[in-house]
Amino acid sequence: MSGADVDPDDRGSEDVGEAAERAPTHDRDDADAEELTLVEAVRDGLAAEMLRNDRVVVLGEDVAENGGVFRTTDGLLEAFGSDRVIDTPLAESGIVGAAIGLATHGLRPVAEVQFSGFVYPAFDQLVSHAARLRTRTRGDLTCPLVVRAPYGGGIRAPEHHSESPEAFFVHQPGLKVVVPSTPRDAKGLLAGAVRDPDPVIVLEPKRMYRATNERVPAEPYAVDLGEAAVRREGTELSVFTYGATVESTLIAADDLDADVEVVDLRSLSPLDRETIAASVRKTGRAAVVHEAPRTAGVGAEIAATIQEEALLYQEAPVERITGFDTPVPLGEAEDYHIPAALRVREGLREAVEF
Amino acid sequence: MSTTRRTPDAADADHRYRYLDESGHLVEDPPAVTETTLLELYESLRFARAFDERAKSLQRQGRIATYAPMAGQAGAQVAAALAMDDEDWLYPTYRDNAAKFARGVDPADVLALLAGHEGDGDADARVMPEYIPIATQLPQAVGAAWTGLLRSGEPEYATLATLGDGATSEGDFHEGLNFAGVFDTPTVFLCQNNGWAISTPTERQTRSETLARKAAAYGVEGVRVDGMDPLATYVTVRRAVRKAKDDVAAVADEPADPEAVAAGPSGATRPTLVETVVRRFGAHTTSDDPSRYREEPDRSGDPLPRLETYLRGRGLLDDERVAAVGDRVETRLEAAVERAEARETDPTAAFEHVYAEPTPAVDDQRAELERLYEEYGDRVAGERH
Ligand SMILES: Cc1ncc(C[n+]2csc(CCOP(=O)(O)OP(=O)(O)O)c2C)c(N)n1
Repeated sequence: MSGADVDPDDRGSEDVGEAAERAPTHDRDDADAEELTLVEAVRDGLAAEMLRNDRVVVLGEDVAENGGVFRTTDGLLEAFGSDRVIDTPLAESGIVGAAIGLATHGLRPVAEVQFSGFVYPAFDQLVSHAARLRTRTRGDLTCPLVVRAPYGGGIRAPEHHSESPEAFFVHQPGLKVVVPSTPRDAKGLLAGAVRDPDPVIVLEPKRMYRATNERVPAEPYAVDLGEAAVRREGTELSVFTYGATVESTLIAADDLDADVEVVDLRSLSPLDRETIAASVRKTGRAAVVHEAPRTAGVGAEIAATIQEEALLYQEAPVERITGFDTPVPLGEAEDYHIPAALRVREGLREAVEF
Repeated sequence: MSTTRRTPDAADADHRYRYLDESGHLVEDPPAVTETTLLELYESLRFARAFDERAKSLQRQGRIATYAPMAGQAGAQVAAALAMDDEDWLYPTYRDNAAKFARGVDPADVLALLAGHEGDGDADARVMPEYIPIATQLPQAVGAAWTGLLRSGEPEYATLATLGDGATSEGDFHEGLNFAGVFDTPTVFLCQNNGWAISTPTERQTRSETLARKAAAYGVEGVRVDGMDPLATYVTVRRAVRKAKDDVAAVADEPADPEAVAAGPSGATRPTLVETVVRRFGAHTTSDDPSRYREEPDRSGDPLPRLETYLRGRGLLDDERVAAVGDRVETRLEAAVERAEARETDPTAAFEHVYAEPTPAVDDQRAELERLYEEYGDRVAGERH
């Protein structure tokens, strides 16, 4: 089967009843929402998409027998079997390269990279191939691939387990990059990624995996990639953030004596330029918050977007509150690197008082 | 999770090279290893055991972060480290603390790192910082070993890079061994095949009958040894280290036990892949729950009692000496814990050593944090402080 034959909406076999019974969080007997953590919502989203489309397969290191080192894929092997939930050799280039092959030939692989810090062996496959197959074949062959990776700090992990590499991928034309910050979006963005006709990297903020619960609808649903969500409406300052810093930004906004709007970007590529511009035209002031280093980070792109789309509305320079241009420090020192609520608040204050 | 798999090393003991059987009795004529080295092996192993236990307990108490235990593997690590010469360099993974200590790395530094204080590797001990991204050490160890050849045409020192069985699946394993073969570098690849990469058994990594065999295709010698026999590991690695440097001819006269040479040109080239067959007695790390994917592992053949039995049999150890070693180990460990725990978090340490000269951006950001810290103290870091 060539890529051109693949119907992106192919639902695969209709006979999903048996798998549905075994699917980890689909033993709910009503269609009601259930309180889920972010990691449970990712699992729920995977199960939902696997039920919906039997071409969806999950592969990666320790994802099957062990259910993933964060238990994200727990129970999927039992529910869907070893042809759909696959423990691979320890080889990221192999995982992503093979997944590109699977995707090009009609499957919908969801490859897990155990930590985003270990994605680099697969970087070549992602930027040289996944991102370009459509272009190179003038649309004849496509690569509907999803790569999931936990990212970011805050869990006192060893070296290489805390980085925020989103800018590398955002910079690559042909790749999409999404980052959920809530359980609901974790399920919805994952579904959006699985159903998307292009390769999507889903970076999951591991610090948020078990940080909060939220009611997550039982039925499958997808969040459209490229749409930001306004988490808090305000009129005096627009703050753009994503991932785990959405939480600290909301706390900071509550703390500040100003009417702050908080926008969760959710999708870093494509970027919701319209929502960004509309918000700044309304408030006249803007700040960006992320955990990744400042230089050439996503915040720089947002600042440029604002300058292009809302220059005449701006009353202050765009404030950047970010991780520093250093490797993520270990241990307690990481808490000074990751913008905590107080540091965010002080940054927002600068933007408001400028 | 109900599916459990056999430990892959259970069935193939006959392919392994050993001096000591599981109970510590010689199965060969004794190798020419000095008494000093034998006692050093023993004390290093005792220290590794004590450190492992203490580190697990410190982790449970939240005093250090995730820890990768070495129980079952420390014998191979210690033997390999002691088989190196002073001038050689070690390229270790996160699991190789026993090897590091045997080369003189301060255990206080290792504990401090585990507690989150930057500072890894020890250039005086010729030990690189630990490699966490799997297999990335291998091409680097080859390059380091190659340096002497390029500078003077002679090997100046050997490098010994450790790796797990899982690491043999990464591209860098291939690239490292291939470079070593092509440029005939003085490199020893010390694979600790413990049967598992987290939850993934070795048979999911490769269809190759052994890992040592993989060496053959690179023109590298491959040797398979019982890694839980410190004597056999020492002898094998010692030979590999000598062969790596200028002793190719000398070693050719004393080939490895033909049983041990799994593949490749024995003695003819400098690099060697030593597959030590070991068992991971415990969890992958303190974050891992092995009951999800494997049955209780076979913990027989523990290198420490095995070596102790042998040394007692040779009259090198008795109860009194064993107790004295225990006392020294405890004292050293206590002192290390104390020194490690005296370290304090410095919020601005991260800005140091990023470049030889800090860039303007790094300087500005440091000033920004210092300003906030002056005003708000630890609250800058959030709720937990
Ligand atoms: C490139 C890369 N991918 C994934 C990981 C996550 N990880 C850490 S240890 C490990 C298993 C390593 O197994 P093995 O090489 O057999 O060594 P062992 O831990 O058993 O000593 C994995 C997958 C990593 N550190 N680096």
